[in-house]
Amino acid sequence: MAIEVIKNKWKMSLGERLYITPIWAGMRVTLRHLFMKKSTIPYPEQKVEVSPRWRGRHVLKRNELGQERCVGCQMCELACPADAIYIEAAEVPAEKRHEHPTERYAKVYDIDMLRCIFCGMCEEACPEAAIFLTPYYEFVDDTREKLIYNKEMLTEKTGGPIWYKE
Amino acid sequence: MNELLLLILEKAGFAVILFSAIMGLASYATLAERRIASWMQDRIGPNRAGPWGLLQPAADGIKFFLKEEMIPANVHKIFYIIAPGIAAIPPILLTAAIPWGNKIILFGREISLQMIDVNAGLLFVFAFASIGIYGVMLGGWASNNKFSLMGSLRASSQVISYELAQGTAVVGVLLLAGTLSLREIVEQQDTFAKWYIWRQPIGFFIFFVASLAECARMPFDLPESENELVGGYHTEYSSMKFGLFQVSEYIHMIVASSLMATLYLGGWQVPFMTVSAQPTLFESLLGVGAIVTKTLLFIFVFMWLRWTLPRFRYDQLMRLGWKVLLEGAFIWVIITAILVLAWPFYTTWF
Repeated sequence: MAIEVIKNKWKMSLGERLYITPIWAGMRVTLRHLFMKKSTIPYPEQKVEVSPRWRGRHVLKRNELGQERCVGCQMCELACPADAIYIEAAEVPAEKRHEHPTERYAKVYDIDMLRCIFCGMCEEACPEAAIFLTPYYEFVDDTREKLIYNKEMLTEKTGGPIWYKE
Repeated sequence: MNELLLLILEKAGFAVILFSAIMGLASYATLAERRIASWMQDRIGPNRAGPWGLLQPAADGIKFFLKEEMIPANVHKIFYIIAPGIAAIPPILLTAAIPWGNKIILFGREISLQMIDVNAGLLFVFAFASIGIYGVMLGGWASNNKFSLMGSLRASSQVISYELAQGTAVVGVLLLAGTLSLREIVEQQDTFAKWYIWRQPIGFFIFFVASLAECARMPFDLPESENELVGGYHTEYSSMKFGLFQVSEYIHMIVASSLMATLYLGGWQVPFMTVSAQPTLFESLLGVGAIVTKTLLFIFVFMWLRWTLPRFRYDQLMRLGWKVLLEGAFIWVIITAILVLAWPFYTTWF
């Protein structure tokens, strides 16, 4: 089998070999970009608009009566691939019976925001539609402890319809 | 006696103004570089310190002074410490030889806006420009680090090979001007058409490319090619010593730009304006504005090229220097010499 030798397949023209036309082409590109709209934004003053489906900070919902939906079943804790959720379930005390739909509730509900990978598995696992991820994405603090969000921080203040995602 | 005292006062005042202007320009060149870089990459760039980030150079300066000053073990202490100074001082001295304007008449005294009018001005410039490289060489060698040594070796061989092309390219201007004094070279380019760039386009191009290499700017910034040499010659430097290397790079850029403006773009000559023998204050300041504008234009082109072109490989750099630019410069000098001799219009030119 004869071997075919291809010579000068990419023979450059004189202008290309002098580098001048390619350099000028590149310089035109950079000059155009000098005046183009910038892709970055000055962050704390301006914020990017995220999709309503963005998976950010969690919220523990209340039902129409203003009761906590969470019954402390620990399904989310089981589903969490990052082990970010810690729940201690307990029986509802008699005097707080009106605040909960059932006798069982989550006494402690902590989410470690540093461990959370915002996958949304807790949301899918929840049989009571109690936990949702919201588009809020700013988690900044100066210690690790402050980034473990407790139940009080996560539970919404007033009741309302379930916030379904689009 | 009184006259001498006034002269000393005048020169000292001018020196202070020139030094602070050059340092200010160099520090703002760092900001300009970062802003232009970010704009070309579709970013916004440093805009936090002061309005539009204008206090950024001050913030950088304070940071340089507050950083820990670290001298690694096993460095050659003396050379390690004096190297940034050696790198920074010659370019600052060079600004003294550049004519920053026509004479200015203040309080009935004629003040030349050039610190020293050396009659062999160009030789002075080239001599001092090549001393600056000793700082880089010493710094890299004294650091006792193989990457630094590589960087400084590259710097010295690169500068030596490109200085040849630069010095040869400028002979074209000398053949036309017939003088080495920078003041006289500027005075000869008194109309727009007489700017030497129109008669020396190839000489100018070679000079420009060689200046890029001499300032170690982007397509030729082999001395500090951070991909393979960490930081090149300043790898081991920290705090203000590193800052001094940076500042010297920018001052070198200013000097190279103003030299190109002086040699090829008519220095402080404002296009389409005749120079009067007794310039008014406004005319003198306009001239200063002209050379500063031309210098800034060249600095912008330097930065524009930096954020456009990738770096040459070391052997490509050497091949370009020795096989293309040097020979091109020689051929251009011969062509210029023939034109000067055989075509009378070429020397008078409009």
